[in-house]
Amino acid sequence: MKRVIALLMENQPGALSRVVGLFSQRGYNIETLVVAPTNDATLSRLTMSTEGDEKVVEQITKQLDKLIDVVMVTNLSESEFVERELMLIKFTKDSFPENVFDETNIVSEDNEIINVQVVGTSLELDKLISEIDANNPLEIVRSGSLGISSDEKTLTIEN
Amino acid sequence: MDKSNKSGAEALIHSLHLEGVDLMFGYPGGAALHIYDAIFNQNYVDHILVRHEQGAVHAADGYARATGKPGVALVTSGPGATNAITGLATAYMDSTPIVVISGQVKSNLIGTDSFQETDMIGVSRPIVKHSFLVQRAEDIPDIVKKAFHIATTGRKGPVVIDIPKDFTDPEYKFEFNYPSEINMRSYNPPEGADTSSIKEAADLIATAKRPVIYSGGGVNQNNASEELTALAKLLNFPVTNTLMGLGAFPGSDPQFIGMLGMHGTYQANMAMHNADLIIAVGARFDDRITNDPKQFALSAKKIHIDVDPASVSKIIHADIPIVGSAKESLTALIEELKCRDLKTNESDISEWNEQIKNWRDAHGLNHSLLEMGAQNGKILPQQVIQSLYKETNGEAFVTSDVGQHQMFAAQYYHFDKPRQWINSGGLGTMGFGLPSAMGVQLAYPESIVSCVTGEGSIQMCIQELSTCLQYGLPIKIINLNNAALGMVKQWQDMQYGGRHSSSTYENSLPDFVALTESYGHVGIKVSKFDELESSMKECISLKDKLVFLDVDVDPNEHVYPMLEAGNAMDHMRLSKDEKTW
Ligand SMILES: Cc1ncc(C[n+]2csc(CCOP(=O)(O)OP(=O)(O)O)c2C)c(N)n1
Ligand SMILES: [Mg+2]
Repeated sequence: MKRVIALLMENQPGALSRVVGLFSQRGYNIETLVVAPTNDATLSRLTMSTEGDEKVVEQITKQLDKLIDVVMVTNLSESEFVERELMLIKFTKDSFPENVFDETNIVSEDNEIINVQVVGTSLELDKLISEIDANNPLEIVRSGSLGISSDEKTLTIEN
Repeated sequence: MDKSNKSGAEALIHSLHLEGVDLMFGYPGGAALHIYDAIFNQNYVDHILVRHEQGAVHAADGYARATGKPGVALVTSGPGATNAITGLATAYMDSTPIVVISGQVKSNLIGTDSFQETDMIGVSRPIVKHSFLVQRAEDIPDIVKKAFHIATTGRKGPVVIDIPKDFTDPEYKFEFNYPSEINMRSYNPPEGADTSSIKEAADLIATAKRPVIYSGGGVNQNNASEELTALAKLLNFPVTNTLMGLGAFPGSDPQFIGMLGMHGTYQANMAMHNADLIIAVGARFDDRITNDPKQFALSAKKIHIDVDPASVSKIIHADIPIVGSAKESLTALIEELKCRDLKTNESDISEWNEQIKNWRDAHGLNHSLLEMGAQNGKILPQQVIQSLYKETNGEAFVTSDVGQHQMFAAQYYHFDKPRQWINSGGLGTMGFGLPSAMGVQLAYPESIVSCVTGEGSIQMCIQELSTCLQYGLPIKIINLNNAALGMVKQWQDMQYGGRHSSSTYENSLPDFVALTESYGHVGIKVSKFDELESSMKECISLKDKLVFLDVDVDPNEHVYPMLEAGNAMDHMRLSKDEKTW
């Protein structure tokens, strides 16, 4: 089962390398990792997904929480949550699968090339990729998962 | 004075002073020279010049382990920083509070492969609790404050402060303000007791029939030995300590059943294996303890008290997790037990203690080897430890290196007090013994500090003999000389058909007596059993001298008991030809 962990960390040089270093140091298998500053410029939010079992995820969460630069960690998959990923795909015009995409997906187009964007759960994107396999896409770019809890819980701090 | 203008270097030293540091260990070099000049111009903080940066960090570590106060080391960039790495990893694995300050190349040169540039923050990242790269001279006081706070709270550990040379420039001065308190939104270690599960813990204790208290280094680090002892006495439960936890409960108390684990006593390992309740305090179920975790103490419920949430249920599931300070959580537990007018299963407990006594009688360690005289004309390494114990009345600080000698010291010197036994348990660093003893001796100039070592380990930091002369450190080095990397040889005997691949020296060992004397100290050689006790007496009586007692011990001796890998804790080899399964 895919599990998504999100955390807030100090937006400081070195903070990201501590988080990433922890994964390799402790042998955790991370599938996707997304980092960006939040609207509070002193904080970055990092979201990662892993296939680890519950025990592993608990250890990852605890070890992340121990890092001094990490302000807060949450295991989103512990309760209802929304997971989304963005994907960009490049096709040659001749092999563009018109039945799969519509105008709203197209983000660029010239005489030879069409780029599309799709947003969905990782699972939906996986499915889509196998659907278009026969069209030989030139390039597929995935952003990695973002997540947010479905209920009133938030991963934010009060200033 | 606090508010006057200071350079970064002066601010650093003054901040250390305000943190209560009066002693630091280090080694100079280009990137640290502004700092060294600031040290020269003050007399709050003494600086001990070591002979290798590894020694500086181990010495700071030894000082921290013996006193409970943070140790401080100062090194230069590049090779100075990389030489400090083994010391950092050692402190990290045993969670000791030290602060290591490294000089760095000037900030505008970082990233250019400049002379003596090493990415210290990157290199040390996985082996520090935290680290800081100074970005402005003005930040130094704040960073020092944070570094000491982080090193000494929660689960303790080493912190690195890397300072580019331009930020210690004596030409650039700023107004010095030392923060009086600290607030870090991202760091709030558990401080007091965790009382959320104290009642459940007390329930388990009240009904236990075969309980064991298993305590580790966390109890010593957290100064919780008194509380641990009080709990054990209140309950009359047997106590075992890990290698790092020795001294937390008096080693000479009959309730103490010895160290547990890889080379733990038969009765301690049997008690763990057969227990129905294990009360783990400040211990982390390390693989040297549990043997195969899947077969570990299957019939026992586990109460786990630890300050580090990540240690609880990491390897062994805790039925009752108590995440808080050992000292305060134990106090809360004792109160709860007293308050409910606790009744344990007294008859079951005394039956259990009787069972443990029978195990001890059957296969416990023999603590009277010294009286038995020479064995096959040889001195047993265990006898040397017993002699040291006798001549120091069990009161010495004992540091050690890594190998058979370390295990013999842990098994045969009964440590009655916390912080008395100082060794590298987690990383197992050969070379730790002598420099850590320097830190202990400087902290306690009047005490006997002995370093139990082997001819292999001592040669890893032997250059510190020179430091000991410079600062008059009368350490007693007890070298259990078996002319081999004994622990390696033991494994080769047991698992590699006796093929001693690169574990002996083919007559290339130095004359340790002559070597010690050339460093200006006293060397004594012991090769016959009859000389052992008198030489040990002489060694201890030379109060103001460093003495190197080089004892030829039986090279064929193995350390037993020894857990058989991949099994439960009741699978032990008891001697070369006896095993429990
Ligand atoms: C720095 C380092 N290198 C290698 C080892 C592996 N090792 C563990 S014990 C040992 C032998 C130690 O020999 P000695 O100091 O003579 O002690 P003895 O076992 O003979 O008592 C070695 C090589 C280690 N622990 N540390
Ligand atoms: Mg040896």
